[in-house]
Amino acid sequence: MRVGVFICHCGNNIAGTVDVAKVAEETRKLPGVVYATTYMYTCSEPGQEEIKKAIKNENLDRVVVSACSPRMHELTFRRTVEKAGLNRYFFEMANIREHVSWIGENKELNTNKAIEAVRMAVEKVKQNKPLYSSSFKINKRVLVIGGGVAGMQAALDCADGGLEVLLVEKSPSVGGMMARLDKTFPTIDCSICILGPKMVDVAQHDKIKLYAYSEIDEIKGYVGNYQIKIRKKATYVDWTKCTGCGTCMEKCPSKNSYDHFNFGVAPTRAINIPFPQAIPKKAKIDPDYCRQFVKGKCGVCAKVCPTKAIDYEMQDEVITEEVGAIIVSTGYSLIDIERLPEYGGGRYPDVITGIQYERILNASGPTSGHIVRPSDHVEPKTVVFVACAGSRDKSIGIPYCSNFCCMYIAKQAILTKDHVPDSQSYVFYMDIRSPGKGYDEFTRRAQEEYGVKYIRGRVSRIYPKGNKMIVKGADTLLGTQVEVEADLVVLGTAVISNSDAGHMAEKLHISYDTFGFYVESHPKLRPVETNTSGVFLAGACQGPKDIPASVCQGSAAASKVQALFSKDMLESDPAVAKVNINACVGCLKCVKTCPFQAIKEKELRDGRVVADVIETVCAGCGVCTSTCPCGAIQLQHFTDNQLLAEVNAICLT
Amino acid sequence: MDAINLSSNVDWNFIEEVAKESGQNPSLCYQCGNCTAGCPYTQYFDYPVSQVMRLLQAGQKDTILNSKSIWLCATCETCTTRCPCEIDVAHIMDTLRIIARRENRVSEKDIKLFYDTFLDSMKQFGRIYEVGILLAYNLKSGHFLADSDLGPKVMSHGKIHFFPKKIKGRDKVAKIFERFQDKAKKHD
Repeated sequence: MRVGVFICHCGNNIAGTVDVAKVAEETRKLPGVVYATTYMYTCSEPGQEEIKKAIKNENLDRVVVSACSPRMHELTFRRTVEKAGLNRYFFEMANIREHVSWIGENKELNTNKAIEAVRMAVEKVKQNKPLYSSSFKINKRVLVIGGGVAGMQAALDCADGGLEVLLVEKSPSVGGMMARLDKTFPTIDCSICILGPKMVDVAQHDKIKLYAYSEIDEIKGYVGNYQIKIRKKATYVDWTKCTGCGTCMEKCPSKNSYDHFNFGVAPTRAINIPFPQAIPKKAKIDPDYCRQFVKGKCGVCAKVCPTKAIDYEMQDEVITEEVGAIIVSTGYSLIDIERLPEYGGGRYPDVITGIQYERILNASGPTSGHIVRPSDHVEPKTVVFVACAGSRDKSIGIPYCSNFCCMYIAKQAILTKDHVPDSQSYVFYMDIRSPGKGYDEFTRRAQEEYGVKYIRGRVSRIYPKGNKMIVKGADTLLGTQVEVEADLVVLGTAVISNSDAGHMAEKLHISYDTFGFYVESHPKLRPVETNTSGVFLAGACQGPKDIPASVCQGSAAASKVQALFSKDMLESDPAVAKVNINACVGCLKCVKTCPFQAIKEKELRDGRVVADVIETVCAGCGVCTSTCPCGAIQLQHFTDNQLLAEVNAICLT
Repeated sequence: MDAINLSSNVDWNFIEEVAKESGQNPSLCYQCGNCTAGCPYTQYFDYPVSQVMRLLQAGQKDTILNSKSIWLCATCETCTTRCPCEIDVAHIMDTLRIIARRENRVSEKDIKLFYDTFLDSMKQFGRIYEVGILLAYNLKSGHFLADSDLGPKVMSHGKIHFFPKKIKGRDKVAKIFERFQDKAKKHD
């Protein structure tokens, strides 16, 4: 066995606190090592050439690179050794940067630790076996979960590229949050006017199959071959017959249903179409309010429906679909105003949230775009906006910035002046965060042209006095307390993840952070990938994001899917579990513990039952190997012998 | 205020001292002003509490210890309750008063006198003896007739009494005082 070891300086990153020459010197003494050298940047092209040259000249059959984390460059070096004619699994990496040089200051101790790390890698590589990928076919259909602007963009880009798309939306219409907005910053474009065409495209595209009012029940499989169970929730209206005429909604006697689309600004009917531009424009019954469901008699909608589409007996329907990739674009939620007791916690009707104000401003909203306050339907003359209502507030567990409130507050203040010219708006802010193109100019315009008064300070308390709301805050630039008597208060409430975000992540096997936002594979260089191959992210489910950023991510995720589907076959990772059928006793404990359902029982010709790993499903986590009582199931490239060789290298020498 | 030379005129030790004694990290403050926004006494302060926090971050020991604000603070803890950064601001104000006392640079002598009179009464009777405090404070402060018009009113309502009402276990209360005085001595 002829092992070659390459020790990287990584500039000063490693050589600054590790004596790399000494590491090389000690490495040369190890049995099996025939060549050891140091190099300034091993990952550079000349660095890789050095490795190839050494493999040829020194006739090496195993290679160790002692440098950074394998997460950074393992693939780079595997390709290098492969190009030089070795199996890519005859390569090991010793991490002496993240595990040694970056975390220790004492050069002598670091050097010793680096020598041990290299010794472990050398012993491991000597035990390595050649492994070969097998290839499998992929299903070139893509599932997009969530039909907001990010999901629609992703779906359209995939469909335009010729892929078949399934778009699953949990509410009755696509459009998401953007469909609820009145105007968009910084151009004051009408939101639904620019979103509407996209929604229509989604509905009409022959490559897109839309499942509205549907949820994901179950996801099985792996990249290229997923089986999805989609639950079409009962709408109690046969959508193949419904024409969206709206007669049912007009005649429905249950007039106090909660309006999810309008965030409860005004009530709606128990049978309703959420908004005029809804896609699909179909009616749906809310059984929590419908008299037929609550009291057992009514039936008005069934009587008036011209196409006899009403079906009170309708049940949820579960459909199974197969796809090869998944784009997750499930969006975000806003904190409940009840979490802000000092601002009334929802007790005062004239303290509302930004999204509710958006519906009040909207021409197709409950007030037809006339600004009135909810309590007495009078036009407000003094409007106070409170930024960071819950955001950047560690005390309620939301330390992060919600990204777009500064901008929509400036927009709403401008629109308020447009709608009510003799009004005066005030904005309480901590910092104005407007780093987008044309964004800062926009917030300046609110102040310079529209006379919005910006007050730098937080609001301590809001309470009613007569028919006014008293907003008590600070002006930290003046160094004093200030008070505004407002007719209406709008809170820029914090963006949070959806309440079922964690549940969804578990179905998808992707990670999420403390706040329930999905975690990308790399914060800078892999922003739409997840650590589960075949699953991509788009939009605010990954973190608070405005429209342009969501659209960018939607397109980016679509291009990632296109790249994945550009091949007909995918190569599987051979570092998966493998059963030694001679040692397997057929206890099948591994079947029960496998988190990916990758192990099945198999009957041999002699009738003996053993475990069998489905190579493409196995994620190589290794849970089965530690469960197996007789060591019959081994994770390739991390077998017991290989790991013990590493342990022996560090403990026995 | 004169220009502050941030290279030479920042008392890093003072920041450290306050942080250590109060158990709070002044760097957590991002100057949102919510403490000032809720403060019921801010109109009497020479520096609003958010600026006291800022002066602390800037290591302006003299300005803080000479300020009236730290003595006028009533420790109502609205600032602590509202702080989004979870800083116990009232505790910092308390710490600043303690340091001012220790260094003999009390800007509001009467307020310190009132605290002392109040605590003396507690130590002596196990609870407060209002008339005693009143007389002692008025005599020592020189405001002989301060609030004397209120005396007959509250006395006729039985709110205060001529003679002290001692509690059981006064010695135990006195011991608490001793324990803390010992602790304070050790600190010096």
